[in-house]
Formats: sequence, structure tokens, C-alpha cells
Amino acid sequence: MKLTLKIWRQKGPKEKGRFESYQVEANPHMSFLEMLDVLNEELIAKKEEPVTFEHDCREGICGTCSLVINGQPHGPNRGTATCQLHMRHYKDGDIIVIEPYRASAFPVLKDLAVDRSAFDRIMQAGGYISVSTGAPQDGNAIPIEKDQASEAFDAAACIGCGACVAACPNASAMLFVSAKVSHLALLPQGQVEASRRAQAMVRQMDEEGFGMCSNITACEAECPKEISVTNIARLNREYLSSSIKSQIKV
Amino acid sequence: MSFDSNIPPGPLAEKWTRYRGTMNLVAPNNKRRIEIIVVGTGLAGASAAASLGELGYNVKCFTFHDSPRRAHSIAAQGGINAAKNYANDGDSVYRLFYDTIKGGDYRSREANVHRLAEVSRNIIDQAVAQGVPFARDYGGLLDNRSFGGVQVSRTFYARGQTGQQLLLGAYQALSRQISLGSVEMYNRHEMLDLVLVDGKARGIIVRNLLTGELERHAAHCVVLATGGYGNVFYLSTNAMNCNVTAAWRATRRGAYMANPCFTQIHPTCIPQSGDYQSKLTLMSESLRNDGRVWVPKKQEDAKAIREGRKTGNDIPEEDRDYYLERRYPAFGNLVPRDVASRAAKVACDEGLGVAPTGLAVFLDFDDAIMRYGKSKAHSMGLHNPSDAKVRELGEKVVEEKYGNLFEMYEKITGENPYQLPMKIYPAVHYTMGGLWVDYNLETNIPGLFSIGECNFSDHGANRLGASALMQGLADGYFVLPYTIGQFLSNEIRTPKFDPNAQEFLDTEKDTRERLEKMMNVKGGQSVESFHRRLGKIMWDYCGMSRNAEGLKKARTMIQELREEFYKDVFVPGSMNDYNPELEKAHRVADFFELGELMVLDALDRNESCGGHFREEYQTEEGEALRDDEDYTYVSAWEYKGWDEEPVLHKEELVFENVELKTRSYK
Repeated sequence: MKLTLKIWRQKGPKEKGRFESYQVEANPHMSFLEMLDVLNEELIAKKEEPVTFEHDCREGICGTCSLVINGQPHGPNRGTATCQLHMRHYKDGDIIVIEPYRASAFPVLKDLAVDRSAFDRIMQAGGYISVSTGAPQDGNAIPIEKDQASEAFDAAACIGCGACVAACPNASAMLFVSAKVSHLALLPQGQVEASRRAQAMVRQMDEEGFGMCSNITACEAECPKEISVTNIARLNREYLSSSIKSQIKV
Repeated sequence: MSFDSNIPPGPLAEKWTRYRGTMNLVAPNNKRRIEIIVVGTGLAGASAAASLGELGYNVKCFTFHDSPRRAHSIAAQGGINAAKNYANDGDSVYRLFYDTIKGGDYRSREANVHRLAEVSRNIIDQAVAQGVPFARDYGGLLDNRSFGGVQVSRTFYARGQTGQQLLLGAYQALSRQISLGSVEMYNRHEMLDLVLVDGKARGIIVRNLLTGELERHAAHCVVLATGGYGNVFYLSTNAMNCNVTAAWRATRRGAYMANPCFTQIHPTCIPQSGDYQSKLTLMSESLRNDGRVWVPKKQEDAKAIREGRKTGNDIPEEDRDYYLERRYPAFGNLVPRDVASRAAKVACDEGLGVAPTGLAVFLDFDDAIMRYGKSKAHSMGLHNPSDAKVRELGEKVVEEKYGNLFEMYEKITGENPYQLPMKIYPAVHYTMGGLWVDYNLETNIPGLFSIGECNFSDHGANRLGASALMQGLADGYFVLPYTIGQFLSNEIRTPKFDPNAQEFLDTEKDTRERLEKMMNVKGGQSVESFHRRLGKIMWDYCGMSRNAEGLKKARTMIQELREEFYKDVFVPGSMNDYNPELEKAHRVADFFELGELMVLDALDRNESCGGHFREEYQTEEGEALRDDEDYTYVSAWEYKGWDEEPVLHKEELVFENVELKTRSYK
């Protein structure tokens, strides 16, 4: 199939970017990123600079790939990262617009690559259980009810790709933050620090310049791991109750 | 340079405990003055950096990823082994040790493997304490399943995302140390060379991938946790950016590369569908708990399936060959990976392959769906349920167990595996070979340590499923933090190193010239095209089966391709910029040199063992034929220079506790 791609090209963080059009011949079995590989090989053959986009595992788990495809982070399919999107979902003659994530907390580095290090800093603020390597109690000494463990897992499945931020008109990172807060707060091991964690992570999120949550829930719709917005409700509850309960110093 | 395995004395089961109790320590006040560089943030690197930071060392940690959480450990699906014996099925430290030695076809060190089995139990406890959401049963306790090559259930798992959850645990521990200031994190920095001062590893040269700037970093010692080199084959289940550069640059500086030809070809991957393909996707080994592997008995049926005239469902039971169950009744579909992969190749070589390329076999869940469905119906009190009802209930059970894997399969192939049997084929997955290390995980270069897949230490010639996560975390959490003290206890008076010293400047200059050389070729072929061609040579001649003639041919082909690369490669863009093509170029350049060494190693080893199958050495039934008389050694290769023959050093393997036997899964 013949496709027209309109791709955002931007030389560097401070340069001005613009859309460029390209024609590419794709095959329905290809993945979306393999289609971009083909385009890049053609550009290299013409001694032009290939399109920079980030990717690594290409099986939907590392969270490196991104892209906003025709206005949707990770493209049209539900619960699918860009690297798992296949060209069989497109047809001959389609025009595909490919942009980087747009959020002031995720500045564009080059072409389609953005800087998502703000997520790391939010994690460093409190996205962990404070346990050092050593000799903790036996794993089976802490029974956890199956459904509870499963709910914690659903939140822990977040791959940190940032699609939630790109999907949100406010560029809010609430889904990301709430997924980690929920994962740990749902487990007995994470209870001790739950209040402190919610406070610290939210504070860092605000410092990074992410927007406020106004319950639009586009984040859940675009999340490649289908993380639920009920996590945001849980985060709000944790945050509010810890704010009321005590003046926690973080 | 020392080449002593430094295995401590004493009975096998007491070596580690005794050694740990008597080894040199570094006092807390001295730890604060010592700097350690850790390269890589996968399971091994992140767990080591976090643990060393917790101990009070000053750690600098480097990754080429944009975040430590992206390292390829994240993609491990199936699980992690531990000798907990929660299932009460006869497991023990000794049995895990024995299974690993046997699974590795008697080409690994007894002492290292026993230590691994011992600390496996601590890993589970540590991960649970960190909040890793392992699968649990209705009593709230940890659940287990079974993996290939063993007859117990010792594999802990977190759905099909065990690697992700364990890595996030290690990443969280690392994040905590970063926030406390004990670890300084450098994202998007790739190690391009190792700096030696007076024969000891004292620093690295890295490239800032956003600016292209080269940087010099100094420390008292260097830990490499940079993963495996499966991408030398171009197509593999490794992530696109996995590479050998850090380990290979260490080899060029004198570290020995051990058993480079031991490559694991994983039997259950989604088959290749076209020439444009960039990588292959693994389907977890856990699927072989319930999936049955088969091909049609008749070539005409296979042909009809390849041409789309029939599907697997059209082949009646009596015309199917469940070849693993037939050839290996004791282990059936759960034979180890090397055995399953070779058997798939044999079936396809006989013209029984079921994909258009001829390279695929079926992995069928129909029996499992019906079996689970019947059991579920029974537990619900349904008498004489219809087949449709049984199937419906069974599909739900299978979905609960493997749902995300089935979904992934459907996304990639467009076929529904609940209705049609999956098509699978072997693909390169893991490299057992790696930097040679002693019992302390130190290479022959003093002060250079290597952990995780990056070293050669524990898996011999074949790794068992769910053991990679175990080894990465064992090294990082529970071995290196102790053994590194053996080296550092002698360095407490050594002042900090100056990254402006001559050794650093010289090494940086080498690196710059190497990159300039590639940029300046300005030829006509892309880096990708060279990588593809190298991968094809490696797969055809040094893949699932090898022979002397092919290996010799491959060596010449690689040398020619390497020369062509330096004459005709085209690297677009600039050195002083964010330039992924340049990153690829220097990685591929190192793959040429490693690839040649792999071929040489495969040529040296005139036997078949584990993942190394030499066609000349097989039994009448086509099983691997080991030669314990002549090849019970670790081959450790010393690099001698461009276009010079590398020198082979042999570490004889001594088996005091295990009797060497023909590995049989029949």
C-alpha cells in the first residue's frame, strides 16, 4: 500500500519544527515502526537525515516508543503501544500525521523524540518502598488476598511511556502518578509510607509543570496498558486524607 | 593478569557461607571515600547500583536508555526460579543446582551455580518486600509454575510480565538511592571504552547521546552489567538497542571473552514474516506447560497449510506428530530450550513446516482448553455440559493464565490463538557466553567486574527457563555487593582518580578517532544493511547447527564484510548531535569483531553441547554428543589486536559433586 506521511521534523530542542511530507510503500504485515524503518532507509539512500524516533523492545513493554498518530498517542488501537501497531489497520492511500508528544513537561529533543525524565524524578521523590537489600521476612509471611494482589498488579503494569500526558488536554500526569501510588498503597508492604508517598510524588509532579486533572479520562482511553482512572480516585483519596491527617514533612 | 577462578575451599554447600563470613570488608567511613561505576540498569545493574549505594559507596550509574526502567530485562515474561519448595514437590537448593548444571550440559562451574541456587531464595523475599506483585493463590500465598528442563514447580511469576515487575522493583530501589544522593544517574550516556590505569580498571569513556559530547569518568572500579549480544544475529528477541560494545571494548582492553559461541535459541517465538522485519517476538516458555507442539505427519498436509488451503484444525489427530512427546516422553513438551529448538528445526528440515516460509511448527492449546473447561464445569456442578460450554469455560481459564501472551500473538500475527493453533519457530534469545569472571565476578582485569547476562558464569552451554532473572538479581543484590569488597578493601588508601590524567585523555582520543573513521567513510550503504548481512551469516553458519566447513566459510565472509563496512558505510548526520545512526554504526562495528570470535570459538569446540550443536558430533538419534575428555573447559579468549589471531586460554572445569552424564530427557 502507498501511504503519505506527514511527519514533524525538528532539528533540536530550541529549533523551530514543521511538518514534512513523505511517500512510503508499506506492507500490511509490517509494524508501524518497521514502516518508519523503511522510510528511514530510503532517506539514508538519498543521503538525507533519517527521522529520529525512540523505540527499543518493540513488544510493547519497555515504554520507549511514543508518537502521536493522527492525533492519538500510540495510534488508533486500544491497549496497544505504537510498536505493536501493525499496518494491516491502514489502507492504500491513507494519509498519516505523526507528531511527538506535546506537553511542556516533555520538551521535544529532536523530531519525534521527547524528554520524559520528569517521570524519573517523580519516582525518585517517593515511588518506592524504603527497603534495603538484606534479609527481609519470608515471601509467604505476608499473605495478600488474590484479588487485592491482582488489583495492585493492574496498576503496576504501567510502562511509563507518557501517553496519558500526551492524551490529556491539560498535560496532566495524574494517571502515571496514581498508578504507582495505587500499586504500592494496595499492598501491605507499601502501607507504611503511603501518605508520605502520595504527598511527595504529587509535589514533584506539580514542580515538573504537569497540568491539573479535570476528569476528562482521555488518559485511560489512550493508555497502552489500559490503566484505570479509578487509580486517580485512589490517589486523590490518599492525598486528601494524608493532607488532613497530619502535616507530613516530605 | 590473573586467570584463577578463585573458588573458595570447603564442601560445596558451605563454600559461599564460609567465604562470606571471612572475606575482607570495607568500613563505612572508607566506603564513603570510594567511587564505583556501574554500567547498565537492567536487573543486574540496577540491583547492584542500588545495593552498593545502600552500603554507602559513591556510585555513578550509566545507561544509554532515556530512563533506567527501559533496560531489556523488562521484556522477560515467564518467571524467576527459586528453590523455595513452597510446592512441596521435592525441590531443594541441591536440586536447583543440579538441574542448572545438567541443563547447562556440564559446562559451568559447580561453585558458582551452587551459590546461585542458595541465594535464589533471598531474591523472592527481597522482591516481595519491595512490593513486586507476584501471582498469588486464593490463600494469598505465592503461586508457582513449571518451566522447561525440570520436574518441579519452582518458578515465581507476575502474569506474563515478571521481568517488568522485577525490574521496576530494582528501579524503585535505585530511584531511592538517587534521591538520597548515593547514586548519581547518567541517562542517555553510552559507554564506548574502558580506561585502565596501571593495569586496573579505573574509568570509562562515555558519549552523551543527546549532545554527542565524549566524557571521561573515573572511579576505583568498574562494574559492567551491559547484557548479552544476541543482536549480532540481527534478528533476535533482544531489544533493538541491545549491543556488545561495552563488553567488547573491555575485551579489546584485555578482558577475556568466555564461551562466545554458546547462544540460546529459544524454541517458542513468533516466526518471521518478511524481509523488512526488525526483530522477533518471544512467546513465553510458560506456554509449554499447557501447549502441545506438533507438525503434520504428512508432507502434503504441511504443504496445504503453507499454501493456505488447510489450517491446523483440519488435520485429524492420527495425522499429527507430537514430536516432543514422542521423542522425549519423560519431559514431553517441557524439554529444555536447546532440545526443543533443534527438534523444531529437524521437523521443518523434513518439509513439515507450517508457515509460508516453511519455518514454523504448531503450539496447540486445544487439549488444555478442553481439559480446563471440564474441570471448571465439574467444580461448578455442571453435569454433561456441551462441548461448546466446556470450550467457553476452558478459554476463560487459559485467558486468565496466558491472556496477555495470546493478545500479543494476535496483535502481531492477526490470528486468534484460541481458535487456531499458534505458529512458532526458534529465535536467538540469550547468550550464555560473556566476559570471563572468577568466583568474585571479577574479570581478569583487576577492578573490572561483570554481572548478569554480560558475564559467562552460571548457565554453561544452555540456560534453563526463568534462570536469567534469577542470575541477574543474584549477582546484583546478593553476590557482587559482598565480593567487590575483596578488591576494594585494598583500595582504601587509593585517592580519587583524576579524569584528566593521561590515560583518560588517550582513551578518549582513541574513541574519537574510531567514531570519526566511521563518519568519514561517507560510502553508499546504510548501517542497517550491513547489520542484516552480518546477521544472516551468523544465523546460517553459527546458529542452531554448525559445521567446520560452514564456520570457516563464515569467518572469511565476516572479515570481507567488515572490510566493506569501513570502505562503504554511510553514517548520516553529525558526531556532535543526537545521532541514532552513529550509535548503530559503532555497535555494528563491534558486532563484526565479536561475530568472528564466536565463529572461531564454535570451530574450536569439536563437540556438541547445549546450544552449541556441531553436526559432525551427534548420536545416531540426532542428539548432541559431548566430548568430556577433551572439552570440559571454559574457553576464554584473549584479544590480540586487529587482524591478529586471538589466543585461547582454557579454564578446566572440575566436577567434584556431580557425575558427568549424557543429558537425557527421554
